[in-house]
Amino acid sequence: MKTTALLLKYVVRDVMRSRWLALYLIFFAAVTEGLLYFTGGEAKTVVGLMNVVLLLIPLAAAVFGTLHVHHNRDFVELMLTQPVSRSAIYFALYLGVSLPFLIAFVVGIGVPAAIHGVVFNPPILTLLAAGSALTMVFFAIAYLIGVVVQDKAAAMGVAFISWLSFAVLYDGLILALTVIFADYPLEKATIAMVVLNPIDLARIIVMLTFDYAALMGYTGAVFQEFFGAATGIIISSSSLIVWTLLPVFIGRRAFGRKDW
Amino acid sequence: MIRIDHLHKSFRALHVLQGVSVVLPTGSVTAIIGPNGSGKTTLMKSIVGLVQPDRGTIAVDGVSTINNPESRATIGYMSQVAHYPENLTPRDLVNMVRGVRMSRVPDISDELIEDVQLHGHMDKPMRALSGGTRQKVGSVLALMFQPTTLLLDEPTAGLDPVVTERLKERIIKVRDAGSTVLITSHVLSEIQELADRIIYLHEGRVIFDGMVNELLERTGHDVLSRAVATIMMQSNGGVQ
Repeated sequence: MKTTALLLKYVVRDVMRSRWLALYLIFFAAVTEGLLYFTGGEAKTVVGLMNVVLLLIPLAAAVFGTLHVHHNRDFVELMLTQPVSRSAIYFALYLGVSLPFLIAFVVGIGVPAAIHGVVFNPPILTLLAAGSALTMVFFAIAYLIGVVVQDKAAAMGVAFISWLSFAVLYDGLILALTVIFADYPLEKATIAMVVLNPIDLARIIVMLTFDYAALMGYTGAVFQEFFGAATGIIISSSSLIVWTLLPVFIGRRAFGRKDW
Repeated sequence: MIRIDHLHKSFRALHVLQGVSVVLPTGSVTAIIGPNGSGKTTLMKSIVGLVQPDRGTIAVDGVSTINNPESRATIGYMSQVAHYPENLTPRDLVNMVRGVRMSRVPDISDELIEDVQLHGHMDKPMRALSGGTRQKVGSVLALMFQPTTLLLDEPTAGLDPVVTERLKERIIKVRDAGSTVLITSHVLSEIQELADRIIYLHEGRVIFDGMVNELLERTGHDVLSRAVATIMMQSNGGVQ
């Protein structure tokens, strides 16, 4: 634990000095400020931000996380040649790259929201929580891809396809299935399919907090109808935790066996 | 002392190490040589735990290094020109290694930094450093805890002549202090200068393992490069 914390300090230090992180923070701050300023309403801001959060965070995490493994190969080798367990190194690397992005996201949205006096409103807080969860989930997936796929270009391809599948293709698949099997009761199947997509889960959490049925889409409406808002949020949140822990666990195993 | 017994390593269908068995005595410099892809780096990485062998054993001073991170407390490893995180400084890296090692052995990083003329670069980000300067950082990180086992993969690549000489002197000093040194280099004159022993690898097998003089005698040459060329031609032709 102590060793992980020490290694984490240096991984975080490197990532915190990255210009990409600064751009990430500035982007969220500018979009939030722009939306709060021009839409004049918290609801419209959250809806606008939600679309940005659901698309951009998974993409940024998938790309940066995968690249981080490949760009820091020599640094990983340096750590592996020290008397330190591979678990300690893996957790330091994963947390070291994901936490600065999580903080940049929270600060980027939180500061303008605080200036406008809406930071503690439930939809904003829920959006921050959902975005933070997506950060941890997609960095975990990206790190797993980075460790398992040896070639950098191939790893980037897999990361991009993963993002595209979760962010775009998956919803299309659900929609197609609901149309094809319209004559059958699909509620349970839909819920199961939603749980298999972290982006859908994050969207449903924000929408259930909002209680704005028109924005929920088919899957959100099914979730609310089946579980009610509170249970729906608990199930979605638990599923996101599983979505974080599972790739971290698999990635840790792969890292433990990997030849460098 | 490093003892390696029947070491095998494959990367998919490629058998990189095929039953390597060698003993590297304490207080000696052993050079591993061989053509590209002969398994030199894989052997070195197996010793330090970067590569996990399929079969066989490795013991450093009697302690197995396979899946045993603690065994690395006495091992210093210097890779080929390393690209460390571009936003960290050499001082960050030295402090990180100092922190994780928590060694009982005195840290001689200041002396090494002076030795390899790195003092003016300690607070610059790695992205601002040349390949040679990064190599100097690698040498400080490998040597700062006076390891009893030192593994050097092309240590002088990219270094200027003055620092190369100082690094060589340091390697001799480490050997004379009783450490086991293993080195790979494509510069055979450097190996002749530094090494007491030679291991010649070909397609993952040990073709020659002995003193430098034995290799010269066996091949009938007095220059290592010619001796190596001879043994290389013999091994390519299947003659040992």
